[in-house]
Amino acid sequence: MKQPLRVVVIDYNGGNLASAERAFRYAASNLGQDIDVSVTNDPETILQADRIVLPGQGAFADCMHGLKNIPQLLDVLEKSTQKGTPFLGICVGMQLMAERGLEHQTTNGLGWVSGEIKQMPAKGLPLPQMGWNELQFKAGCHPLLEGLEPNVHAYFVHSFALTKADPKDIIATTNYGGEVPAIIEKGNRIGTQFHVEKSQKVGLRIIANFLNWNPTSNFS
Amino acid sequence: MLKLRVIPCLDVKDGKVVKGVNFVSLREAGDPVEQAAIYDAAGADELTFLDITASHENRNTILDVVNRTAEKIFLPLTVGGGVRTVNDMRTLLLAGADKCAINSAAVHRPELINEGAEKFGSQCIVVAVDARSDGKNSWEVYTHGGRKPTGINVIDWCKQIAERGAGEILLTSMDRDGTGKGFDLELLKTVCTSVRIPVIASGGVGELHHFVEGAKAGATGLLAASVFHFGQFSIAQVKQALADAHVPVRLNI
Repeated sequence: MKQPLRVVVIDYNGGNLASAERAFRYAASNLGQDIDVSVTNDPETILQADRIVLPGQGAFADCMHGLKNIPQLLDVLEKSTQKGTPFLGICVGMQLMAERGLEHQTTNGLGWVSGEIKQMPAKGLPLPQMGWNELQFKAGCHPLLEGLEPNVHAYFVHSFALTKADPKDIIATTNYGGEVPAIIEKGNRIGTQFHVEKSQKVGLRIIANFLNWNPTSNFS
Repeated sequence: MLKLRVIPCLDVKDGKVVKGVNFVSLREAGDPVEQAAIYDAAGADELTFLDITASHENRNTILDVVNRTAEKIFLPLTVGGGVRTVNDMRTLLLAGADKCAINSAAVHRPELINEGAEKFGSQCIVVAVDARSDGKNSWEVYTHGGRKPTGINVIDWCKQIAERGAGEILLTSMDRDGTGKGFDLELLKTVCTSVRIPVIASGGVGELHHFVEGAKAGATGLLAASVFHFGQFSIAQVKQALADAHVPVRLNI
């Protein structure tokens, strides 16, 4: 019998993880995919996982601190993603992939993509950006966006965003008083500034694409 | 471009949807989970449950409603009513809410806003403000479902809410709620220009053009209960009216 796909949602700062967990289960059941979702910070379970999901809410520094506080967690994340396990960071989980965050103080991130997390200028607009905004991307540019057309809507809640990024790492943007990175990727590591788990059909499709995604073939 | 959010609100009592006129006489009208699923399919941008009797009664019924809703609906869900402590927030978030709306408890102890924002992130904390006009272009904060005056000025309070780290303000005009006469636009404009965090307008819509007025007054979300609930307007009609008035809305869901 085929093994269920093992998905871990990383629990590191006591945030609300129920939504992510439920959305992954739901997307998998839509695919008819047998899935085993665990919300955990156990290094062994993470190493064994087929997909790693890092949600995040609150301040960059608090989240990074939360990750560091769990023994071996950073090492395990590095190791698993080095060997090609698909990784999805959501909201602050995506921001943590950057070199550093400038919220409150300067905090080093995971350093997987270049750039830093800075407050959006969003001149004359409310902060946080809260609500549905369009995703701009080239149709067919990435397996994560398969089946989606440019200008579909996703649900954003954030005041900070990735700046000084390498344009090659940005696969979708949105516009909030200027262009803002919405999806970033580096090989098997991918991050969405918006909440896939709250973006209705579009979000569920991205989750399904992530579950189906097999980036290891590009990995050396 | 960020879209204006159209947010149907379900007032829930003992696990059933109700909607009152001026918060007094309550008419019963259905299962909240079923109703939420209908709004989800109809293009709602978020959902809100207000557990209106939570201050007085056992509130476990709302947890069951939230839990069942979150199982199948992947839209942001705000839950308010009777949220007094960080622990109440945690319970709601674990049941599947994405944001908690706090009202009386925040007025009573404003530190609750800071504590909630620090613990769960600003995006989880919505502060509901029930405002009543004093007739002199100034508004007073009311609590306990609009029954208790507090002597607090609405604009001062909204500024404080933003400073303490709330993610947004849900602003209800108690003068307009349930009347169908439209939002209190002066109130809305004044609050929207006083704070940078998003403001959701609530209380009073009865005509399609009221939604347009609310958006143009600066609200980034528009919340309504009875007009949707009793089928006076569909969400699609409201969005079309907004789009026709050049307000950006999410039409393709």
